[in-house]
Amino acid sequence: MYDAPNLGAKVEQKTNKIEANGVQVYYGDTHAIKDVSVAIESNTVTAFIGPSGCGKSTFLRCLNRMNDTIDICRIEGDIRLDGEDIYDKRVDPVQLRAKVGMVFQKPNPFPKSIYDNIAYGPRIHGLAKSKADLDEIVEKSLRRGAIWNEVKDRLHEPGTGLSGGQQQRLCIARAIATEPEVLLMDEPCSALDPIATAQVEELIDELRAQYSVVIVTHSMQQAARVSQKTAFFHLGHLVEYDNTSTIFTNPRDERTESYITGRIG
Amino acid sequence: MTDATSSGGATPRHSSSLLTQDARTLKRNAAESRFRAYGLSAVVIAMLALVFLLGSILHNGSSAFRQTFITLDVYLDPAKLDKKGTGNAEEIRKVTTFGYAPLIAASFEKLFEEEGIGVEGISAKKAGDLISKEGAADLRRFVHEDTTRVGETVSFSFLASGRIDGFFKGRVTMESAERDSNVSPAQLMLAEQLKEAGHLKTSWNWGFLTMADASENRPEAAGLGVAILGSFYMMIVVLVLSLPIGVAASIYLEEFAPKNWITDIIEVNISNLAAVPSIVFGILGLAIFINFAGLPQSAPIVGGLVLTLMTLPTIIIATRASLKAVPPSIRDAALGVGASKMQAVFHHVLPLAAPGILTGTIIGLAQALGETAPLLLIGMVAFVREFPAAPPEGFFDPASALPVQVYNWTQRADPAFVERASGAIIVLLVFLLIMNAIAIVLRRRFERRW
Ligand SMILES: Nc1ncnc2c1ncn2[C@@H]1O[C@H](COP(=O)(O)OP(=O)(O)OP(=O)(O)O)[C@@H](O)[C@H]1O
Ligand SMILES: [Mg+2]
Repeated sequence: MYDAPNLGAKVEQKTNKIEANGVQVYYGDTHAIKDVSVAIESNTVTAFIGPSGCGKSTFLRCLNRMNDTIDICRIEGDIRLDGEDIYDKRVDPVQLRAKVGMVFQKPNPFPKSIYDNIAYGPRIHGLAKSKADLDEIVEKSLRRGAIWNEVKDRLHEPGTGLSGGQQQRLCIARAIATEPEVLLMDEPCSALDPIATAQVEELIDELRAQYSVVIVTHSMQQAARVSQKTAFFHLGHLVEYDNTSTIFTNPRDERTESYITGRIG
Repeated sequence: MTDATSSGGATPRHSSSLLTQDARTLKRNAAESRFRAYGLSAVVIAMLALVFLLGSILHNGSSAFRQTFITLDVYLDPAKLDKKGTGNAEEIRKVTTFGYAPLIAASFEKLFEEEGIGVEGISAKKAGDLISKEGAADLRRFVHEDTTRVGETVSFSFLASGRIDGFFKGRVTMESAERDSNVSPAQLMLAEQLKEAGHLKTSWNWGFLTMADASENRPEAAGLGVAILGSFYMMIVVLVLSLPIGVAASIYLEEFAPKNWITDIIEVNISNLAAVPSIVFGILGLAIFINFAGLPQSAPIVGGLVLTLMTLPTIIIATRASLKAVPPSIRDAALGVGASKMQAVFHHVLPLAAPGILTGTIIGLAQALGETAPLLLIGMVAFVREFPAAPPEGFFDPASALPVQVYNWTQRADPAFVERASGAIIVLLVFLLIMNAIAIVLRRRFERRW
C-alpha cells in the first residue's frame, strides 16, 4: 500500500531490492515489531525515523539476520532480498551479511589496528589478491569513510584508540570495504560534527549509485537531506512510508506530522 | 529520606559553612575510617601470617640445600678389590658395597698417622661411621664405571652421615649425642678436628635436587630428583590434555551450544565438579585408570590423568568467564562484516579472552602441582629409587611427586627429614612462583596486542 512507484518524480526504473511482508518481531514476550511491510528500492536511500525504542534498530537488524544472535528474539513474516526469502532454511546468514552490510548504532571497532579493522572483511571474503590490492582497498574505504586524512599516519595503531566520532567513521569504512549490495546504517552520524556529517552524507549519496542504503536517524534534517524514501515507525508499527518529500511536506498520518514537527517523540 | 528530613528541618544544610563539618558528614567520615581500619588490619594479619609461614619454612628448609662433605684420599687397594690380581673387570664388579667399607677405614687410618688427628677411643673403623652409608656405595659405583682405576689413590668427597651433618647445622649437640645410639660425642669431636684440618666442609648440595629418595637411615642422601621429574611429567600430561579439552569445551558451551536445560545441567555440574574433594578424584582414578584400564600404579601418566580431571573444571570456569567478558559488540562487528561464527570466535573473541584463559590454566596447573591426596590413592606414595625413563616411556614408569615426597618425609622418624621436607616445600614454592611469573609474562605479552 505504501508502494507508490507512480508518485515518484524520477524517471529511472527502480526495482525493489528488499521486500518485507507482515514482519513481526518478539523479544521473549515483548512484541517489538508489529506487522511491518515495506519495500526498499535499489539505488535509493531509505530513512527510518521514529521515537526512541520504537523498533527502528530491531527492524534494521532483521534485514541482515543479525537478530539471529539474540536467543530470545523471534521473527515472523517474510523478508525477501532480490526475491529470495532470507529466512529460508537454505540461506546461510554469513553469505547474506556479506551482501547486506551493517554499521551499528554503537561504534564497535575491533581491538586491532586501524588497517586490520578495514582489511578484515576483504581478507575473509578473498577480495584482495595481493598486499597491494589490500592496501588500495583500505585506503579507498578510509577515504570514502571521510577519515583517511586523520588516520593515514597511524594505520597500525589500535582502532580503539580513536575518538568516538572517528570510530564511527572507521566502522562505516569497514562496512563499505566488503562492497555490500545493501548498506544498513544505524545512526551513523550520532557522534559526528557537522563537517564529518556532511562528508558521510556525501558518501551515502555516492553509494546510492550502486547500492541501496537504509539509514536510521534522529535528525529530521538529515533524513530530508539524504533520503528519497522515509519510513516513520511508532511503537513497533510502521505508521507511514512514502517519498521523503511527501512525508515532510504532506504527511497523511497525524502521528507523523506531530513527530516531524517535534510534538511527540 | 533522611536527606529530606534534615534538609526540611529547622537548619537548612545549605546555610552551614563549608569549613565546619556537619553531624552527618562527621558520621559518614567516621564510618569510612572505621572501614579502612578493618581492611588494613585484615591485610596486616594476613601479611604477618604469610611472613611467619615463609619465615619458618625458609628457616627450617634452607639448610637442606647445604650439606656436610668429608674429603678423603682413598687408596683403591687391589688387595681388597681384586684379590686374585687378574684385573678382570667382571671379578672386580662382584665386590659388594660391604667390601668397600674397609677402604674408607684405611683412609682414616692414614689420616690419623700423617696429620696427627684422632680422638681417643675412636678406631679408624668407627671413624668410618662419620661417613654416610651411601659413601661406600658411591665408591663402588665409581669403580664399576672404570675398573682400571683400581690401585690408584683418588680424592673423594663423601656425604657426612646425617648426625654429623646435623651437628654442624645445630640439630645435634654433644648432650644429645650422649643419649644417641647412632653417634657419640667422641665422633663429633673427631668431626670438628677434621673440619679444622680442612677435610670437612659444608657446601651447596646439588644432590638434594638431583638424587633419588633414600631410605630411613640415610637422610643425608635423600634428594628430590625423582619427585621433581615425576611432577614435571605429570604437569606435561595435565597441560597437554586439559588445556585443549578445557578450552574447546568452554568455547562450545559459551559460543555454540543452544541455551537449554541440558546445557544448564552441564553448567551446574561443571561448577560442582570444581568443588569435589580431590581425594574423590583419586578414587575415581584408581577405579578407572588402574583397575579398569589397567595402567600401571605409581605412574605419572595416571597421576596426570587424575589431575587433569581435577584441573578441567577450573580451566573451563576461567575460560568461560573470560569469554563472557568479551563485549558482544565485538562478535556483532565480526558477524556484521560477514564472518562466520567460528571466524568471529577464533579471530576476535579468543585473542581477547586469551589472558584470562592462560591465567586460569596456570592457576589450575599450580593447584594440580600441589595436590597430594589423589596421588596417594593411585600409589605414587611408593618409595621410588629409580629415575623414570625419558618420555614417552617414562610416563609409565613409577615415579614420585613433590607434594607426596613432602608428605613422605614428614612421616619419617629421623629429625633430619624435617629439614628435608621443608626444603622440598621451598622447591615446590619456587616452582609455583615460576609458574605464576610465566602467567604474568604471558598475560602482559597478550594484553599488549590489545
Ligand atoms: N536485545 C533485546 N532484548 C530485549 N528487548 C529488546 C532488545 N533489543 C531491543 N529491545 C526492545 O525492543 C524495542 C525496540 O528497540 P530498538 O532498539 O529497535 O529501538 P530503536 O527504535 O532503535 O530506538 P533508539 O532510537 O533509541 O535506538 C524496545 O522496546 C527495546 O526495549
Ligand atoms: Mg536504535
